[in-house]
Amino acid sequence: MNEQTTTLDATQKLHFYQKGTFTVGNRLVSDERRAVQASTDRSNALTCGHRACQGCGEALGARYAMDAAMRATGGNVIAVNATGCLEVFTTPYPETSWQTPWLHSLFGNAAAVATGVAAAMRVKGRSEVRAIAQGGDGGTTDIGFGCLSGMFERNDDVLYICYDNEGYMNTGVQRSSATPPGARTATTPAMGPEPGNVFGTGKSVPKIAVAHGIPYVATATVADLHDLERKVMRAMGIHGARYLQIHVPCPLGWGSASHDTIRLARLAVECGLFPLFEAEHGVVTSSQKIRRRVPVDDYLKPQRRFAHLFSTEEGRERIGRLQGLADRNIAEYHLLEAEGDA
Amino acid sequence: MLKQIEGSRAMAEAIGLCRPEVICAYPITPQTHIVEGLGEMARTGEIKNCEFINVESEFAALSVAIGASAAGARAYTATASQGLLYMAEAVYNASGLGLPIVMTLGNRAIGAPINIWNDHSDAMAVCDSGWMQLFAETNQEAADLHIQAFRLAEELSMPVMVCVDGFILTHAVEQVDIPEQADVDAYLPSYEPVQVLDPKDPISIGAMVGPDAFTEVRYLQHYKQTLALRLIPEYAADFKSRFGRDSGGLLRSYRADDAELIVVAMGSVNGTIKDTIDEMRADGLSVGLVTLVSFRPFPTEALREKLVRARNVVVIEKSLAVGMGGPLANNVDLALRNVAGAPQVHSVIAGLGGRPITRTSLHRVLRRALVQPWEGSHFLDLNEEIVAKELHYVRKVRRSGPTAENLLRRLGQAADEAAVKTAV
Amino acid sequence: MFQVRFHGRGGQGVVTAAELLSVAAFLEQRHAQAFPSFGSERMGAPVVSFCRIDDKEIRLREPILEPDALIVQDPTLFKAIDVCQGLKSTGYLLVNSSRSLSELHLDAIANRLPAGHVLTVPASELALKHIGRPLSNAALLGAFARLSGIVQLKSVAAAIREAFGEKIAEANVAAATAAYDAVAAASAAA
Repeated sequence: MNEQTTTLDATQKLHFYQKGTFTVGNRLVSDERRAVQASTDRSNALTCGHRACQGCGEALGARYAMDAAMRATGGNVIAVNATGCLEVFTTPYPETSWQTPWLHSLFGNAAAVATGVAAAMRVKGRSEVRAIAQGGDGGTTDIGFGCLSGMFERNDDVLYICYDNEGYMNTGVQRSSATPPGARTATTPAMGPEPGNVFGTGKSVPKIAVAHGIPYVATATVADLHDLERKVMRAMGIHGARYLQIHVPCPLGWGSASHDTIRLARLAVECGLFPLFEAEHGVVTSSQKIRRRVPVDDYLKPQRRFAHLFSTEEGRERIGRLQGLADRNIAEYHLLEAEGDA
Repeated sequence: MLKQIEGSRAMAEAIGLCRPEVICAYPITPQTHIVEGLGEMARTGEIKNCEFINVESEFAALSVAIGASAAGARAYTATASQGLLYMAEAVYNASGLGLPIVMTLGNRAIGAPINIWNDHSDAMAVCDSGWMQLFAETNQEAADLHIQAFRLAEELSMPVMVCVDGFILTHAVEQVDIPEQADVDAYLPSYEPVQVLDPKDPISIGAMVGPDAFTEVRYLQHYKQTLALRLIPEYAADFKSRFGRDSGGLLRSYRADDAELIVVAMGSVNGTIKDTIDEMRADGLSVGLVTLVSFRPFPTEALREKLVRARNVVVIEKSLAVGMGGPLANNVDLALRNVAGAPQVHSVIAGLGGRPITRTSLHRVLRRALVQPWEGSHFLDLNEEIVAKELHYVRKVRRSGPTAENLLRRLGQAADEAAVKTAV
Repeated sequence: MFQVRFHGRGGQGVVTAAELLSVAAFLEQRHAQAFPSFGSERMGAPVVSFCRIDDKEIRLREPILEPDALIVQDPTLFKAIDVCQGLKSTGYLLVNSSRSLSELHLDAIANRLPAGHVLTVPASELALKHIGRPLSNAALLGAFARLSGIVQLKSVAAAIREAFGEKIAEANVAAATAAYDAVAAASAAA
């Protein structure tokens, strides 16, 4: 190491804006200054050293999903990323945490860009290289929805992974069409006659994906990483349009403790609010049974975004409505062993 | 091979000769015939090894092209008008990512009021997006510019928009010499991307760039366009040496060397202007023309060189920057900025929303420029009667409301009155 | 420069007619420019198209305001619009109809133009006979070749053969030839 780099490493200049820190995971700098995590020989698709918050469900989900995809394809994966937390925390200039070739274009076009990547691979005679698009729920269920639906109906050879943390967390926790009813966000404050996100709004993109009749749709959770990996492996074994929505708790946006990420993800499944299922060609083929059913209260209580529901009589009533949504999911996807067997 | 052929078809054949690997198509008038032609050629195998993708929007069209180009494929799409605006975010993204995509723009007005006819508002709306913009005068040039555009784009890692007047060129049937495949192959080497998405050598593209480097990225983008100022004439010269005709370049002049009055214009209107100039020259009037092919990069020096000896310059353009005037005139002004004794620049806004630009009207406005040049923007063939009525109303009523419907009502009234008169 | 304006109704093929004429001229090593009246007219609406023919490059891009010839596919248009607007005093007028000029109330117009420059031809009937459908384009162009002499019949036939498959092309060529002969017979009689 020469003197200049020693100085650089020893004391970082103060910047009056957020920027990269030249510390880890950096493959844009010279070999000798790279961190070990930057090695392309490592199996991690997403090297540690990225800038996600403590307890970030999305970082965990993305790493496991992409690792599984790399294993399934012998590393022949090109990832396209919508704008959002995942994009920002993995690639603060001039660093990157990605071991795969990775492209960020815009917020709303990840599915279409991935279509282009897949087309290029076909035309170049390299169909073994597979395209994966990924985005948060905002980039998927809202602004990227047109491109997503187009990619689905053309049955382009793309696996789209939505990391669903139920809101626009990158921009400061605003409501998306994946935000659950009752949840407080910056744009659905816990005020007025109907505090929090309005009941009767939002949409289920997994269901809409199923309605496209694409070869494979699944939901997964960071609470069950084996199941998540299995679903990614399954998806990569199929050609055509595939959709995977992974439930990823966000400590910042949900107002939960960092150490509760996995617990909350599990409770979301166990109460029935986030059903785990798989579908092929328009038909739901399986769902993961709830082994220990819990009331929605157990899931809602550790999250400050739902705190206002617990302080008033009307709030209790709304919790009842959320329980109703969970019950409906349980019935629809046969989430209880007894019902499923019946 | 010389063919009597629709402009769109000629462009499709020329684009096909460029061996595009991914073509993204979304219909919008008046570019549709181009992608239809390409779709047919991809189906029949006339274009080999090509993915033709019917997307769900213009935003997706350019996004698919972005993905394909970043993954190393030669990518093409086409659009017009509202379609270009719908993809505007991706337009900036493609140039920012340095992707050599070629896109045809079938120039068309932008609504509201909705209008499918030709003008240059769409191109002007994204002229500062980092794309190069080349304007075709004829369908021969439109076809040829695409071949030059791919070479230019790939040399500089920078996208190119080939601007072609909607309907006037896209739907006109005239003779076009379609080059031979071998000649195009010799002129345009296959695409070798400098930076590409490949699992064998994984890189991250499109990461956030902060205040510490963004200015430099933009500076270099600007610098690259100035390199194009050298490459565009070079590629046009090489094209001429191989194909035997003048197509492209930064600009062309016509009877302008000794002209007192020089007209500056872009696109298909130049033909009508040339005919008008010939007639004016026959009357002993000293008029010439500079046809601008490259609007971005803007050939400031080359244009200055052509204009500096004239007394007056008349810029005829099919666009209006509302609240400012003619954007092309404004750019021409830039070429003469700080030049001692520079000619006076006069602006003509013409042909908006497809209004024909006729020789009769050109004679009127150019003859006026010789004797009584004006300040500000002159709107060619403006219906002053209907405008006066609306202006009277605007002055009378404090809040007169939106203009388009007011004007339509007036036109309707005028038609009614005329019908009543005829009946009487 | 010789400028032709075609009048028809949306769906009758004015655009194809102008294009075919331009191809015929092109095949005679001349420059030609055909273009439609740009718009979004639906089936049945009055539409126009244009064709310019010259021995040198055609640079002009304005619509044809003062045509040397008018070809009218549908005589009902005379009631709807000012078809003859701008027609030069030396111009030609060819109308698709089995009726006479007098029956169509076109005598006044015919009197303004040189003798033998105005003609009706039963193009739709000829098309029905030869093609089996009332597609008047080929017959009108065959008749126009004889009336104006601006292109030869064999060029019109060649243009038709370039545009259509063999069977349809030959039927259209037959219609064009029949119309050409009908005009020749009419002018011989006159």
